[in-house]
Amino acid sequence: MRIMAQVCMVMNLDKCIGCHTCSVTCKQTWTNRPGTEYVYFNNVETKPGLGYPRRYEDQDLWKGGWKLDRRGRLTLRGGSRLRRLLTIFYNPDLPTIEDYHDPFTYDYARLITAPAGTAAPSVQAHSTLTGRAMVPRWGTNWEDDLAGAPERAGQDPNLVKLGEAVKLSFEQVFMFYLPRICEHCLNPSCVASCPSGAMYKREEDGIVLVDQNRCRGWRFCVSGCPYKKVYFNHRTGKAEKCTLCFPRIEAGLPTVCSETCVGRLRYLGLVLYDADAVLAAAATKDPQDLYEAQLSVFLDPEDPTVRAEALAAGIPHDWVEAARRSPAYALIARHRVALPLHPEYRTMPMVWYVPPLSPMADMVGGPGGGEDADAVFGAIDALRIPVEYLANLFTAGKVEPVRQALRRLALVRAFMRSRQLGLTPSADPRTVGMEAADVEDLFRLIAIARYEDRYVVPPAHAEDAGRLLAQHSLSGCSLESEGGPGMGGWGLPVATRGDDGRTHLRVLEGRR
Amino acid sequence: MSGLLASGGLSGVSGGDLFWWVILPYAALLTFVIGHIWRYQYDQFGWTSRSTELQERRALKWGSPLFHYGAFAAIGGHILGILIPESVTQAVGIPETFYRTFSAIAGTIAAVAVIIGVLILAGRRLLVPRVRATTSPVDWVALILLAIIIGLGIAETIGVGLLGNHYNYRVSISPWFRSLFTGSPDVRAAIKAPLLFQVHAVVAWVLIGVWPFSRLVHAWSYPYFYLWRPFIVYRRRVATRPNEPGTSGRRWRRIGTPY
Repeated sequence: MRIMAQVCMVMNLDKCIGCHTCSVTCKQTWTNRPGTEYVYFNNVETKPGLGYPRRYEDQDLWKGGWKLDRRGRLTLRGGSRLRRLLTIFYNPDLPTIEDYHDPFTYDYARLITAPAGTAAPSVQAHSTLTGRAMVPRWGTNWEDDLAGAPERAGQDPNLVKLGEAVKLSFEQVFMFYLPRICEHCLNPSCVASCPSGAMYKREEDGIVLVDQNRCRGWRFCVSGCPYKKVYFNHRTGKAEKCTLCFPRIEAGLPTVCSETCVGRLRYLGLVLYDADAVLAAAATKDPQDLYEAQLSVFLDPEDPTVRAEALAAGIPHDWVEAARRSPAYALIARHRVALPLHPEYRTMPMVWYVPPLSPMADMVGGPGGGEDADAVFGAIDALRIPVEYLANLFTAGKVEPVRQALRRLALVRAFMRSRQLGLTPSADPRTVGMEAADVEDLFRLIAIARYEDRYVVPPAHAEDAGRLLAQHSLSGCSLESEGGPGMGGWGLPVATRGDDGRTHLRVLEGRR
Repeated sequence: MSGLLASGGLSGVSGGDLFWWVILPYAALLTFVIGHIWRYQYDQFGWTSRSTELQERRALKWGSPLFHYGAFAAIGGHILGILIPESVTQAVGIPETFYRTFSAIAGTIAAVAVIIGVLILAGRRLLVPRVRATTSPVDWVALILLAIIIGLGIAETIGVGLLGNHYNYRVSISPWFRSLFTGSPDVRAAIKAPLLFQVHAVVAWVLIGVWPFSRLVHAWSYPYFYLWRPFIVYRRRVATRPNEPGTSGRRWRRIGTPY
């Protein structure tokens, strides 16, 4: 067993109102530069819809992620390593700018410099690739709120799988938003696809990053990522991707998209997992078992042996404690209401989603409805189409985990409403495999959702970084003369765990 | 200089000849070596293939592989024709007539691949506005030099080698090129070569001098080590110092500035 810690995000889709604040603040923070006009580390898609870039979920087309070969071994869908080196001069699976959109801006100066006249001045769109005037014909969120859905939504790969018959009735009842960032996968196919070795997963927190100095612009990360969350900066010629705002995470702060989320729907927390078990789980034969397989990789931080192993593996004590309070682990593993996005890509994604209950609740009780758990349960089962659509998104088509998550969410509403109104709860938590305490905990996380409960991000251990930095200055400290005050030992203070369970900074340590 | 004298002195060699066949090659080689060391040290961020596949892919699909694989064949041909002396190929039992036929046919195949590729690539770079907009001034210089070299090389291979009377560059250009690396440049061997071959060599030296400052540096980054690397790369956080001002900072350009 090799325990590693991963910063994991969960998004509660029931709360997403599609305001795009996360996209805007992310863009202002990370991608407001030339060359990244079309780049959205965070974007919000309307589902059903084609997504960004168009039809990115269709891996028969884009060849992203992993697949099992004939002997059941995990291989990149984009082909062998040799094939990648031979097609390095033309990547056959790369989306073009048309699949995203031709980025454009407006000549805003014209609004104030236009000569006086009766007509209000208008501005022409200009391509930021060429500077030429253009007419935008596609863009990110072109299909926001199902715009153009009658023509295009039918091409949504999750919908295509459902077949023609259910599609038409479904389009009239159902819509939700899907905010997406990089999944920071446990088994990242972008990292495996990068010929230069420029992409890496950080050991400490699992964040997947691109080394801008080692990237040579071969572009295989873009085609290797099934979520299309690695982008090519067309000015620098380098790949860029969501960084999970690592400077903020290292400081113990939530990401910008989380911090600014108006709906307060994002959760950040640590998940401990067994890194040695990842490959076997990703190679699970039936795609519909991948959700359970990924759950089996996660380790319960309440288990004392897991905690001891984690400490032995060098995970700091405060990180292990943070893992116990992790809202991500609670929603994913303890309550099982959060589900992974497209586990069938076999990358073991680490941004999970609480499926939206609202379409079902709206059906039975009007907006904000869903008090009557029985009615909602009925709707969940009766409206089979949305559940199957959600299953195509989150469980490779396996309906049962989605149905159970929705039933638990519906039960929390009904149970807590009854309690607040002093009524006898009509719904029994045990019918969905929960205890009353579980319902209250889920209520605390999902409904109260205080800032401190949503974001449990332990700061990075700066003393480790400092110790590394000290190794660089081998010239030594001037105080480190024989018997001098600098003779406290090598490097900076070392944090150890004392018998009282607290972290001690050992400032003075004899030279061994 | 002692090498120069040893190979027969400078009598009959003009200052111009000395410049084209001695000074320019050595200056280019020096720039090539020092330029690459400097660029590698200080501009890792700018070291990239600068792909334009995002902007345009239909023409690139044919142009780029044809050009690159054709260029590999051409490089192989140059190694055979310039680096390996005629005496060696004859010693291993390859007659001159066979060499001529082989080099003319194989060279022509490579030349056809390169010329089709380069025409497609040049066409899209000139005619597709999105691609054109990505080209920096030094890249224009490098690409124009490359186009000249390829044009002359094709004239040599097809015009002279295949269709015309074969010219045995292995008795003039090749000994001169090898003599550059033994420290005694054989200027007279270069002087007697036809103008076509001379211009080809001179422009090639200029390109070699420009190489480290252009996008051509990506040629040294072919990631063959990918074949045996583990799939998933893990790295520990390391403490880094801020870059010294004016050395290797990230070169993200300010908003609104041109390329």
